[in-house]
Amino acid sequence: MSLKKSTFFNARVYKTYAIILVYVLLMGIFMITAPKAFTGYQIYLAFLSTIPFSLIMALGLTFVIVTGEIDLSFPSTMALSGFVFMYTYIHLKNSIVALLACIVVGIIIGLINGLIVAKIKVPSIVATLATSFIWAGLAVIVSGGIQIAIPESRGSLFYNVLVGRIAGLIPAQSLWAFGFAIIMAFILNRNRFGEHVMFIGDNRETSKMLGVNVDRTLISVFILNGALASFSSVLLGLEYVTWWPTQGPGFLLITIAAVFIGGTSIAGGEGTILGTVIGAFIVGSITAGVVASGAEGFWTQLIVGVVMLLAVVFNTLLRDRKS
Amino acid sequence: MEDSKYINLVEMRNISKSFGKVIALKNINFKVSSNEVVGLIGDNGAGKSTLIKILMGVYPPDAGEVFIRDMKIQLSHYSAKIAHNLRIEAVYQEKALGEKQPLWRNIFLGRQITNKLGFIDVKKEREETERIMKNLIGFRSKGINSESRVRELSGGERQGVAIGRAMYFDADLIILDEPTTALSVKEVGKVINFIKQIKDVGKSCIMISHNMSEEYSVADRFVILDRGEIVGEYKKEDVTLSELTSKLITIATENAEKVGV
Repeated sequence: MSLKKSTFFNARVYKTYAIILVYVLLMGIFMITAPKAFTGYQIYLAFLSTIPFSLIMALGLTFVIVTGEIDLSFPSTMALSGFVFMYTYIHLKNSIVALLACIVVGIIIGLINGLIVAKIKVPSIVATLATSFIWAGLAVIVSGGIQIAIPESRGSLFYNVLVGRIAGLIPAQSLWAFGFAIIMAFILNRNRFGEHVMFIGDNRETSKMLGVNVDRTLISVFILNGALASFSSVLLGLEYVTWWPTQGPGFLLITIAAVFIGGTSIAGGEGTILGTVIGAFIVGSITAGVVASGAEGFWTQLIVGVVMLLAVVFNTLLRDRKS
Repeated sequence: MEDSKYINLVEMRNISKSFGKVIALKNINFKVSSNEVVGLIGDNGAGKSTLIKILMGVYPPDAGEVFIRDMKIQLSHYSAKIAHNLRIEAVYQEKALGEKQPLWRNIFLGRQITNKLGFIDVKKEREETERIMKNLIGFRSKGINSESRVRELSGGERQGVAIGRAMYFDADLIILDEPTTALSVKEVGKVINFIKQIKDVGKSCIMISHNMSEEYSVADRFVILDRGEIVGEYKKEDVTLSELTSKLITIATENAEKVGV
């Protein structure tokens, strides 16, 4: 029982409680400032339809950041793989093949990122910034810069399974996002691979000395991130039955913010999936909350910034408190 | 056990290693017997760490042979993992543990108790960790359990965890690289006790240190390295602490004169 007690009191758990508290407080504030919107259930259903796109990418990004690396290319991965999905969907008229083609693109992109970072040892921030331009540029070139619409997909079984409304209410993409979150949380905390991800971010030398295949783990993490970004692009393309060349970039900062608000350390070696989930909901709720409260839309950025700053200051203070 | 029939636990023959123009090791012959604590002594840059890294499969020598339990090692296929499988473990002070992770994860990293899908048996790993702390390294510190993070531990306790890990995985040879550097006197005492336990349970140890009196209190034999060469080898019964110390000081002074300091 003493074991449970110490788990209860450690800083890591405090941080997760704190982040949940922040979300509850934020919702409380919005209920006061925008009672009409926030006391009904509609807005929460709206959150469940829009937040999953960034949340799914934030899950993969959490793994990347826990290894002590970063991936800036996931938004353009989303753009390029999203195009491949649309193109294949329209030309082959086979949704499963389109989905697989899209994920394969995400995996290849992740593999390239991973190889550059793990094998050539280019710092990930530089490597993925460069590849980010390449995938984004490629998406514009191959599409001719034109948006693509697939209204005919609406109502199909494929559409309903991925982004339909369950019982006419719950957006299916939220179940996909939560499903991934649960699996990823188990992998990070309970699986050999997840443990290696943590240790690589904590002390790469230790990991090597104890027989962890650091390069292979890093490459896998980038592949995972690419695959999740491409899956998210399918959900996004179906939800709006449209793809446009600049679809990805808007997700860059809010996704990264979600991960950091969730308590993952840029230094690597620590992070929680639950934190990232709440982080994504915080970031995703602020826009709607600010607008519904009657403030101008451009207050959104400022408030996201303040929340993120408070979160990282709090996390840093907790982290430095060495027992 | 069958492998108790070997003559030398480790034997390194005519080992040479250069890094570019710098000769790190020149024709080294080095042995460790069963249940022996060897003190590997030398100034910075003497080649101690290079020798250990070759033994641990971190990099191969330019020339020479390595035998473990009298079996010749294929150096082209040798690695840290193979060294572990041959039950040789090294504890590097700064590289032994992941600071932010709980002790149970540190103990089992790379050798997790898992099911077929790679999912970890956390309960088992925690229980085993508690057992290691109590039985193998005699941890009595209050407030430290298997869930404690490494950063909450003192330097001596960290060494203890790393040594306990090596003992748990039944290492016949535990290599300690500067295990007492940057530790307080009390902490050094703890580490010395850990090393004595290694000896008591019939295992062997190579201890690299600058500190003669610490080496002298635990080692059975001393090997002095100087600029890539073995310049002295003494059994404990043949040498006193002050003789050993003065030998090392002589070497250090000669070196200083040669480079004109």
